[in-house]
Amino acid sequence: MYVAVKGGETAIANAHRLLAHERRGDPELPALTAGQIDAQLTLAVDRVMAEGSLYDRELAAVAIRQARGDMIEAIFLVRAYRTTLLRFGATLPVDTARMAVQRRISATHKDLPGGQLLGPTFDYTHRLLDPGAGDAAEAPAEADADGSVVGRAIDALGGEGLIEPDSAAAADAPGDLTREPLSFPADRPLRLQALARGDEGFLLVLAYSTQRGYARTHPFAGEIRMGDVEIEIDMPELGFAVSIGAIRLTECQMVNQFRGAGDVPAQFTRGYGLAFGHSERKAMAMALVDRALRADEFGEDRVAPAQDEEFVLSHADNVQATGFVEHLKLPHYVDFQAELELVRRLRREHAARASAATSEAAE
Amino acid sequence: MSEAGFDGGTAAIRYNFAYLDEQTKRSIRRAILKAVAIPGYQVPFASREMPMPFGWGTGGVQVTASVLGPDDVLKVIDQGADDTTNAVAIRGFFARTAGIATTTRTAEATIIQTRHRIPEEPLRAGQILVYQVPIPEPLRFLEPRETETRRLHALNEYGLLYVKLYEDIAKHGHVATTYAYPVLVAGRYIMDPSPIPKFDNPKMDMSPALQLFGAGRERRIYAVPPYTPVRSLDFEDHPFRVQEFTEPCGLCGSRGVYLDEVVLDDRGGRLFMCSDTDHCEAVRAGKGAAAEASW
Repeated sequence: MYVAVKGGETAIANAHRLLAHERRGDPELPALTAGQIDAQLTLAVDRVMAEGSLYDRELAAVAIRQARGDMIEAIFLVRAYRTTLLRFGATLPVDTARMAVQRRISATHKDLPGGQLLGPTFDYTHRLLDPGAGDAAEAPAEADADGSVVGRAIDALGGEGLIEPDSAAAADAPGDLTREPLSFPADRPLRLQALARGDEGFLLVLAYSTQRGYARTHPFAGEIRMGDVEIEIDMPELGFAVSIGAIRLTECQMVNQFRGAGDVPAQFTRGYGLAFGHSERKAMAMALVDRALRADEFGEDRVAPAQDEEFVLSHADNVQATGFVEHLKLPHYVDFQAELELVRRLRREHAARASAATSEAAE
Repeated sequence: MSEAGFDGGTAAIRYNFAYLDEQTKRSIRRAILKAVAIPGYQVPFASREMPMPFGWGTGGVQVTASVLGPDDVLKVIDQGADDTTNAVAIRGFFARTAGIATTTRTAEATIIQTRHRIPEEPLRAGQILVYQVPIPEPLRFLEPRETETRRLHALNEYGLLYVKLYEDIAKHGHVATTYAYPVLVAGRYIMDPSPIPKFDNPKMDMSPALQLFGAGRERRIYAVPPYTPVRSLDFEDHPFRVQEFTEPCGLCGSRGVYLDEVVLDDRGGRLFMCSDTDHCEAVRAGKGAAAEASW
């Protein structure tokens, strides 16, 4: 008797054993260590930390190795671990003006206090495959990574009132979309949270769409900065805040045109992006999407996907997206059977009608 | 690695009973209580990332984890079967993280987590049926916006759905929805029963068991308390009808149960067999309920 193959526990165990084997790859080659991934695939680690919403280089590196380099799988591993962690406090807001910058550029000014600092960038490299890249490298030039503290470029515009002020810090603690369900309309802090965790590719493409005319925002890269920022936490026992370490961040302040409306004079507006690690593409895309999502604030018509809060926030999370897309791999034969029965019935009825029509025509 | 042996893969990590921490479980139970108090109403909850993907039963798993106690006996089915891969994985998850007893027997289980089916054997008082739900919103494919659908529910404005059913009948002569067939719960909220075949819809009506629905990715929980009227939407002149199979189960001979069609060869050979594997085995063992289901 034929019995449908339904894959029991043995099949699953064997599949996972095979996975472990494939993950290890050629045993003649040395196994990759998490430390190597952390040190040499730095930007991959940064992305996993950013979208995994967990600043821990080691865990991100372990996840990348476990996921065989599949970034979304690695992000998922980090998220699933993160959700089990205890919350024992919240840090003070970080002050990115006090960032020890590794890189800092502004496209709106030729020069500015603190100067333009290129830092470790792919920009202006010729994209010629180089099998030697990643082997020994010269020590960096002194001034190129000095970690100095420089003020924010965009603040220069603030004095004249040319740009909207930073939005005031909310009186209450910002919401936490990992602890409370997101509801619409969401406020800007929640939107930014969702974007910071959002898929880089999704945000990149949405940001790109705004540049191509689907909700154009006339952006200028006011400043992009990357470097280390101290994390401080209030100690109730001590009565003051203490530094508990530093994290690397990339921040993008987009300056966008606004022609003014009603009694508001023309003024530049802001789009904001912030991501863990060196995640420049992500921070820039986030800033463009943030600005597009502020359409209502400036009385702009919402006509494009990037302006549609519910659309953007509901679909930005790649862990949710990949889960639901890939769940189509699960068996659906019960529902398919129900559809089969309906399609057969409709075809039978169609055939009956057709033959009735033919015999009528013959008479 | 510095932390807890991550690199070695062997866990020095210990998880709480049924994986989730007690605070999270409590917040989910609060959502469940609200859902029970307002039958069919979708209660938002702060769904967590679980160690299985969204869309693979995370909502059901979180609901089960929150109501599970050490003395519970858990059954997990997918497509009606206990041995489908995802059912095996979820059952294994709870056996490992909660150390509870598991079963494949519907009658023995205190909690049954299901994807896409309701067991053939009638449920009894005290049992909990936990459904995995992909899209909790019955109006979603008529109106994709949450802001809009929540208002329609609040205003009891379900005209859209009836128009859709009417259009089906006008076009095809039948309602063309065969699974996830919308139901009216306790005369107030229209609810998506999850993608069970409409064959199973009548089993929800006045069931002595508590029915809980968890949608993890969409962050919604809803419920049908015991002995609650659940009516499948229809028209007076086009009453609701369930699927009918002409053949009995090829393995146990049951009629009036939901069947899977198994392709035997490339010459059109087919076998129809019970989708509910426990029911099928029980009948074959001759100790189960009568072959004719009592629905």
